[in-house]
This record gives sequence, C-alpha cells and structure tokens, in this order.
Amino acid sequence: MQKLERKELVDLLRQMLLMRRFEEKCAEMYAMGKIGGFLHLYIGQEAVATGAISVLRPDDSVIASYREHGHALAKGCDPGKIMAELFGRADGLCKGKGGSMHLFDKTRHFLGGHAIVAGQIPIGTGAAFASQYEGKDQVTLCFFGDAAVNQGVFHEALNLAALWHLPIVYICENNRYGMGTAVERATPVKDLYQRAEAYGIPGEAVDGMDVLAVRECVGAAVERARRERIPSFIEAKTYRFRGHSMADPGTYRTKEEVEREKQRDPIVLFRNHLTAEAVIKESDWKALEKEVRTAVEEAVRYADASPEPPLDWLLTDVYVSER
Amino acid sequence: MAIITYREALNQALREEMRRDPRVFLMGEEVGLYQGAYKVSQGLLEEFGSKRVIDTPISEAGFTGVGIGAAMVGLRPIVEMMTFNFALVAIDQIVNQAAKILYMSGGQYNVPMVIRGPGGPAHQLAAQHSQSMESYFYHVPGLKIVRPGTPKDAKGLLKSAIRDDDPVIFIESELLYGTKGEVPDGDYTIPLGVGEIKREGRDVTIVAYSTMLLLALQTAEELEKEGISVEVVDPRTLRPLDTELIMESVKKTNRAIVMESGAGFAGIGSGIGAIISEQAFDYLDAPVERVTGANAPTPYARNLERAKIPSKERLVAAVKKVLS
Ligand SMILES: Cc1ncc(C[n+]2csc(CCOP(=O)(O)OP(=O)(O)O)c2C)c(N)n1
Ligand SMILES: [Mg+2]
Repeated sequence: MQKLERKELVDLLRQMLLMRRFEEKCAEMYAMGKIGGFLHLYIGQEAVATGAISVLRPDDSVIASYREHGHALAKGCDPGKIMAELFGRADGLCKGKGGSMHLFDKTRHFLGGHAIVAGQIPIGTGAAFASQYEGKDQVTLCFFGDAAVNQGVFHEALNLAALWHLPIVYICENNRYGMGTAVERATPVKDLYQRAEAYGIPGEAVDGMDVLAVRECVGAAVERARRERIPSFIEAKTYRFRGHSMADPGTYRTKEEVEREKQRDPIVLFRNHLTAEAVIKESDWKALEKEVRTAVEEAVRYADASPEPPLDWLLTDVYVSER
Repeated sequence: MAIITYREALNQALREEMRRDPRVFLMGEEVGLYQGAYKVSQGLLEEFGSKRVIDTPISEAGFTGVGIGAAMVGLRPIVEMMTFNFALVAIDQIVNQAAKILYMSGGQYNVPMVIRGPGGPAHQLAAQHSQSMESYFYHVPGLKIVRPGTPKDAKGLLKSAIRDDDPVIFIESELLYGTKGEVPDGDYTIPLGVGEIKREGRDVTIVAYSTMLLLALQTAEELEKEGISVEVVDPRTLRPLDTELIMESVKKTNRAIVMESGAGFAGIGSGIGAIISEQAFDYLDAPVERVTGANAPTPYARNLERAKIPSKERLVAAVKKVLS
C-alpha cells in the first residue's frame, strides 16, 4: 500500500481519539441515566474499525454487532445523531427506536448494529451478494466478535460467500472474550483466522492494536474483494479495556491482565509512533484533543436539545405501507 | 415459609433437582464460571462441578440440539437461554425436533428437557432483546409452556418441569428476578396445567401471568377503592392451560380481560379469548377484552417503550369498558 500523507495519518489518529472520547462520554451519560438499556463500549478496539474502514469508499457497506459506536463514527455517521439515538431522542439516527445496539445509517451505507450474536454475518453476506448481482464493485466489511464464529450462521455465510465469490471481508475482532467466556473456553482452535481454510478463502491475523497494520491488511483484502471477488477472513487480535457492557462484574479476568493489555493502547501506540516519526508534535496532539472534545460536547448538546420521539411513532415504521 | 427472591427460588429448584437426580444437568452460556448472566445458577458450578454445570460457546442451535439428543437417550437436560430472544436461533431444534420427536417416533422417544431463561420486555433493551416469546411456542403441539409470576410458583413449577417427561419451555423474566415472595419450606411441586386465583373478586376476571400478573394485582387493589371487585386468575402454565379455572371465574364474574406484554395480534390473548368465547359465551355480559403490547417491535426510547407495554391506565380503561 502507498505511504500515507501526513493528513491521512492525522485523520486516523483523530478518528480513534473521537471514538475514545465519545465513548468515555457515553459511560458518563449512562451513569447519569441519559442512556439506558445495554451499553457496550468499544474502548481498546478503536484501531480495528478505524484502520479497516479507512480503506473503504463511501459507497462500500459496513455491518457490525451491538458494539458498533466506533464503526458508525468511522463510517461517517454524525456524532450528534448517534448520541441522540443513545439518548432515545427523535433526532437520533434511528428516531430513538434503535438505541445503542441498533445504529443504522442508510446515507452512509451503514447496515446496522445487530444484537443477536452473529446475526449480522449472513446479512452482510447478502449486501455483498447484491453488489455482485448488480454488477457493482462495492465491497462489504462485516465485523463481529470472537464468540460469533461459534454460531451456525457464521459457517453457513462463509461457505456461501466463498462458493459464490462475494465481495466481502469478514473481520473478526478477537478481544479474547465473549462476555465472560475466554476464547479458549469456547473453541479449541484459538487462532480463529485458520477457519478460513475450511472455506478455501484467504485467512489472516493482524495486530488489532496497530491501526496501520489493520489498514494494510484490510486494504489488501478489500482490493481482492473488489477486483477479484475473493472474500477474506481477517482476525484482528485486540482487547476490550472495559467490561462487556456497563453491567459486567469483570470477575473472569484479572486486573493485572487488563493493566498489561492497556499498555498496548492503540491510541497511545499510534500517537507515539507519529511523534517518533516527527509527524506530529505535542501541540498537534493538544489541538486534536481539543477538537475532539468540542465535537463530543457538541454531540451531547445536540442530543440534549432533541425532543423525545412523539408517541405515535410507536406504530410507524412497522410496515412500509403504513409509514 | 421463607421470603426469598424469584431468582433464589429458581436457584433452589435447580439445586434440589440436581441433588435429587444425577441425570439432571444444566447447560448454557455463562451458567458456570460467570454464575449465570442473571445469576440464577449462582453457586451451582461449585456444588455440582463442570460435568453437570456446563458452559457452552454461543451456539444456541447446537447446544439445544445436544440437549434434545441427550434427553432422547435418558438424561434430563436443562438448557438455559441467556434470554429467550436467543431461543430463536434454536427454534428449528425446538419446534421441528424437540416438539415432534415423540409423535414422529410413534411414542418411542420422549424428550424430557427444560429450556429456560428470561423473556419479555425489560428496561430499554430494544427490539431484539425485548420480546415476549411465549406466543411463538404456545402454538406448537408437543411443547409445554410455563410462565411463572411469583417466587413460589417459579420454584414449584420449575421442579415439575424438570420432572416432566416432555419438552418444557420455561420463561422467566428479567424484571421479576429481584421480586420477593413467600416460598414453602422443603420439597414441593406445583403441577403443570394448574392455574391459581391470585385474588378473588366478583365483577371482572383478569387473566394475567408473569409481569402482567403484578400489574393486574396492583391495578385490582386500586380499583377496589373505587368499589370495583377484580378477580385475578394466573394460569401459570399456558400449555397445558387450566381452562377450567378460567371458565369458573368467568362464569362467576361474567366479564373477562386477558393480558399479555407481547404484541396482541395472534397472541396469547387471542387464544385464551377465543376459548372463553367458545366455552362461556352465554355467561359473558361483555365481549372479552385484550390488554396487550402494541403491534410493533419494542422501541428503545423510554417513552415509546412505555407506550408499547400494557399500562395500569390501559388496564383500568379495559375494566371500565367491560363494566359499562
Ligand atoms: C444469539 C445470542 N446469544 C447470546 C447473546 C448474549 N450475548 C451478547 S454479546 C455476547 C458475547 C459476544 O462476544 P463476542 O462475539 O466475542 O463479541 P464482543 O462482545 O466481545 O464484542 C453474548 C453472549 C446474544 N446477544 N445473542
Ligand atoms: Mg469478544
């Protein structure tokens, strides 16, 4: 892949930082009761969505799980509309009907957050099918967790994609746990990327804490998908720094382990890298922090100002004909 | 009598049945090391070990099928759905396999298993995590459906479900786990298919179960102050259904309301309402009313979610309507 310009590098850093600060704010808003239900934070995994989605064209599709705030932001969804959705407000991305686990944005080809583990895998495959069917060259990135590979639809979808040569890249974000279950307690073959072999498609592991590595790996896979219609399965090795959701007691892993993993914070790593390469200075970082914080404050203001959805919206959007 | 939570009652039932019968085992996501997503299986791994308290990968279709196979050849599996929403991933196993094997095998193979976990609306969990699943299973011959509303019922019915020789769908509720109530000491069971009058009254019968039972009881208390005497019938088991108890009550009050938290169309209320119309039409002074969830998926926004689920106001309005 080509060497990146300074602007592109800074964009990657800004994107990750926006995800981080946005979600730290989400945690705060949850504690205040402004966000309800289940809230799953992406903190620690930012390099994966950032690196992967950075190689896409705007008309490429992305689909993800319930841990999808980062993917939505990376796909260009408006932070204010995301926050309003988390607040359950009328101006939210989905009119307040979806919430944290169900962000959708058709204008950005963001096919949603899905809360049935692995439910999105065949659906993303369907988007890739449509691209091929219509003779287009749009690619789909389909994100899911390490636990999703143990669902039946994972197997069925990958088999179909391989059989039909669909333009899709499956990205398994292996953060080492599905809720409280460590990967090795859920599957005997720990290197999940090896599963690709069963379908005869490229499988590759990448350091999910290294945004440039993710970018490069997914970039190559997207090109394969776009030009040669070869689907790929990428395992991004990462870690979630927070609990599974806000309600997680966290007893299944040690504090030492979490602290050790935090040493590989993808944002710190990339910032240090850019500083060492003299791409950014301390003052650039400060300016980025300020810019991102302002954006997050603005998102909260937007969400706060938005009204609750009107009650008659309960029964709209059930059928197109009654919309 | 001890006062314990619904969660503890279920835990006791599991523990007692596992002690009683070594063929009984518990299987599901996070049931062991994590002590259960909702802590229903707290302490069971410690007591029974990982042979009988089995953590599974996220593979509902797979482990439900494993449960069915094990049941066919003599074990008594309890399969936990972390929430019943995920049972849809396994619905083929439940509907096409578990429910029909006895019939298809001409009575040779029965499937003595319990599939249990919470279901129904909880707090702002949105459309994929907030559904009342009982009506999906209610329709299927071969399945039994239990929907307990109190700790006492939860314990007694779960023990019966585990001892039952057919597949039992046992749906608990996130919103009920923390509720408390009196539970008899020692070993007791409540037979499947036997309802209970949870409150006696003269003017109108409300048929309600699970979280709707609590709403019905609260509402009945308030209506009492207005001089309206409400009888609350809790079927507890939806299949088999204690139609006799419901009919007795309706014949006494001459008015009936059926509640459910799920969408009303082709729901439990439709089923029970039709049975009342068939069996007690001549006794009715008003058409059977249904107070149900709106015919929409469950929205995330707090105000819309509130509007989706039956409320006290809607129940009061229904009572006044059948009385007018
Ligand atoms: C079919 C299904 N079963 C169970 C759940 C409950 N659940 C939600 S997330 C989760 C863990 C998923 O882990 P993983 O796929 O690794 O993604 P991560 O949360 O780590 O991003 C579980 C068990 C669910 N949502 N859907
Ligand atoms: Mg995971």
